[in-house]
Amino acid sequence: MFEVIFLQFLNGLDKGAAYALIALGLTLVFGTLGVVNFAHGALFMLGAFCAVSVRMFLTMETVTVDPEKLSPWGTPLEVREPLVQAWLGDFGAVLVNYSVPISILITIPVMLLVGIALERGIIKHFYKRTHAEQILVTFGLAIVAQEVIKSVFGPNPIPQPMPTDLRGAADIGSWLGMQANVITYPLWRLIYFIFAGVVIGGVFAFLQFTTFGMVVRAGMADRETVGLLGINIDRRFTIMFGLAAVVAGMAGVMYTPLLPPNYHIGMDFLVLSFVVVVVGGMGSLPGAVAAGFLLGILQSFASMTQVKAIIPGIDQIIIYLVAVVILLVRPRGLMGRRGVMEA
Amino acid sequence: MSNLMPRNDLLLLLGFAIVVLAMPIWLAPFGAGYPDLLQRFMIFGIFAVGFNILFGLTGYLSFGHAAFFGVGSYAAVWSFKLLTLDAIPAIIFAVAISGLFALVIGFLCLRRSGIYFSILTLAFAQMSYNLAYSVLTPITNGETGLQLTLSDPRIVDVALGKTLVGQPVPNILGQPLSGYAGFYFCAGFLILAFFLAQRVAGSPFGMMLKAIKSNQTRMQFTGFNTRPYALSAFVISGMYAGLAGALLAVTDPLAGAERMQWTASGEVVLMTILGGVGTLVGPVIGAWIIKYFENILSALNDNILARFWSFLPEGMDSVLVKITSKFVGDGWHLTLGLAFVIVVIFLPGGIMEGVRRIAAAFRRSDNSAKPSARTQPAE
Repeated sequence: MFEVIFLQFLNGLDKGAAYALIALGLTLVFGTLGVVNFAHGALFMLGAFCAVSVRMFLTMETVTVDPEKLSPWGTPLEVREPLVQAWLGDFGAVLVNYSVPISILITIPVMLLVGIALERGIIKHFYKRTHAEQILVTFGLAIVAQEVIKSVFGPNPIPQPMPTDLRGAADIGSWLGMQANVITYPLWRLIYFIFAGVVIGGVFAFLQFTTFGMVVRAGMADRETVGLLGINIDRRFTIMFGLAAVVAGMAGVMYTPLLPPNYHIGMDFLVLSFVVVVVGGMGSLPGAVAAGFLLGILQSFASMTQVKAIIPGIDQIIIYLVAVVILLVRPRGLMGRRGVMEA
Repeated sequence: MSNLMPRNDLLLLLGFAIVVLAMPIWLAPFGAGYPDLLQRFMIFGIFAVGFNILFGLTGYLSFGHAAFFGVGSYAAVWSFKLLTLDAIPAIIFAVAISGLFALVIGFLCLRRSGIYFSILTLAFAQMSYNLAYSVLTPITNGETGLQLTLSDPRIVDVALGKTLVGQPVPNILGQPLSGYAGFYFCAGFLILAFFLAQRVAGSPFGMMLKAIKSNQTRMQFTGFNTRPYALSAFVISGMYAGLAGALLAVTDPLAGAERMQWTASGEVVLMTILGGVGTLVGPVIGAWIIKYFENILSALNDNILARFWSFLPEGMDSVLVKITSKFVGDGWHLTLGLAFVIVVIFLPGGIMEGVRRIAAAFRRSDNSAKPSARTQPAE
C-alpha cells in the first residue's frame, strides 16, 4: 500500500511542477505590476512552440528524387537527407536528439523579448485600469496568440520526442533501498520535477540575494516610495515581466515530451493555474508554489481507482472542489495577504 | 402606462421591439435573414442581458454563467422527455431549476468578492462541466448529448391522448416551433427579458445594485446588508441564463455539456464587454455582433475571398486572399480576439460608448442639440 501511495505522490509531482511554474510566473506579474495576466497560459504555449520550431529547424531535410532507384511502389525513390546531420555529422545527430533541452537556450531570449514587448506595448497602459479590464485585454491577447499559432502550426498536437538517453524509467524504489522494480517513475518526469525545482529556487534566490531582487521586493511592497528614492522601478518591473514570461516559456518547453503541444495547451493550463494562484493566495510566491504542488498531488491521488471507487468522478473535480473549500474557509487562499484583489 | 414607466424607457422598449421584430427584413441584405441564426441572436441576447444584470449592475464578474445556461438546456430537454413536448412547461421548469442552482452557487460564491468570486464561479462551472461529462452521464448522456426519442415517457402528452407522428419536435399548443415561428417565440422572450431588465435597472432594487458596484463598503457602513441584493441579482441573471438555455433546447432539442465549458462563459463576458457593460442595449448588440460574425466569417472560404478581391490586379489579389483567409473560416477567432483587444484598449465602454462619442461629436459640430437615436445598432 505504501508503494502505491508513494507512486501516486510521485505522479503528482510533475503536473504539480508545471502548475507551480505557471502559477509562479502569474504571481510574479501580479505581485510586481499588479496586473492579472490571462495571457500567461499563452506564454507557456509559445514556449512549447519554441521547442517545436527548434526541432523543425534541426530536422530540415533536403529531398532529392533519385531516378535510378525505385521504391517498392515503383515510383522514383525520394532520398531525404537531414541537413544538420549532413553539415555536422554525429554532432548534428546529437543536436536533433537533444532538441528539447537545447530549445531552452533559444526560448530564454525569445520569451524575454516577447515578455518585454508585451509589457511595453500593451500591458503598460493597463496599470491604472480596473482588474476586469486587465483580465479582458490579456484574455483577448491570449486568443490572438492562440489563433496565430494555430494558423502557423495547424490545429493538431505535434509530438516532441524526448532524448533517447532520457527515455525509460528510473527505479526510484531501489535508490531508496526498497525492493527493485516496484516504484518506477519515467525519467523525464523526474527531470521535469528537478528542473522545476531549480527554476523555482533560482527565482527565489534571485529575488532574495541580489540587489536587483531586493529593489524589486521593495517595489512590490511600496512602489511609490522606491520610485521617490530615484530608482527606475518601472524598468525593473518590465524585466520581471520578461522573467515571468521566460519561466512560463521554459515550463512549456520542458513539458512538450510529456504532452504534445497544440494551440490550446496554454488555455488548458491557464484555468487550472489561476485556480492554483488563487488557492495559494494572490500575490504570494511561496503560496503559489505550494498550492501548485498540493493540487497536482491531490489530482494524482484522486485518479487512483481505489479512490474513484469510493467517490465516482472525484478525479474530474478535485482541483475545483479543493479550491472552493479553501476559498470558503480561508478567504485569501493559503498565504494571501489581506485586501489584495478583493475590490 | 406613463406612470408605470418613464416615457424615454417606453420609447426605448418600443424601438427595441420594432428593431427585433423587423430583424428578418432588415438583416436580409446582410445575409443573416434566416431563422436559425435569428433564433441564436435572440437566445444569446437574453443570455447577455441577464449577464449584464449581474456584471453591469453589481460589478461581480462571473466566469461561470454557462453552467446555468447548460442546466437550463438539460432541464428543458428533460421536461420534453418526461412531461410534454409543449415549450411553455419546459421553459418554466428550466428557469426554476437554473434559479435554484444559481441560488445555491450564488450563496456560496458571494461570500467572496473580486477575483476570488470570479474563480469560485469558474470552479463551480468547471465542476458542473466535468461532472456532466463523466459521472452524471445518466442525466446528461455524456458526450453524445441529451436527445429526444420516440420512446420517451411524456406523461402529460400520453394522459391527454396525444399521439406522436414522426420525430418528436418541441411545440407550443400543437404548433411546431421551427423556422420563423421559433424566431418569433424567442423574440417575444427577448423583448420580455429586455423589459424586465429595464424595470430592474430603474427600480430601487437596481439602484441598490449600482450602489454595490460603486462602493460596497460604504453601503455596509450605512447599515445595508448587501448580500441579499447581490444574491438576488445573481439568481435573476442565472434564471435569464436558464431561459436562454431552455430556448436553445426548444429550437434545437439536443443538450450537450460543451455548453457549460468555461469558453462559453467567456463568450458571454465578451458579448457584454463588446456591446457596453452596464448599458441595456449594449450586451444585446454585442451578442448579435459576435454571433453574426461567427456565422458569416466562419462560413467564408478562399473561393469567396478570391471573388471578393478579384477587382484588384493580378498577383495583388492572391496576396490579399492569403492574408484575409487567416482571419476568416476557422481563423475567425483571431478576428474576434483582435477586435476584442482593440475595443478594450480604445473603447472600454464598448460599442455603446462609441455610439455616445459619435453622437456627442455630432452635437458639438452643429448646435441644434438633436440627440441621435440611441437604439440603432452600430452596424
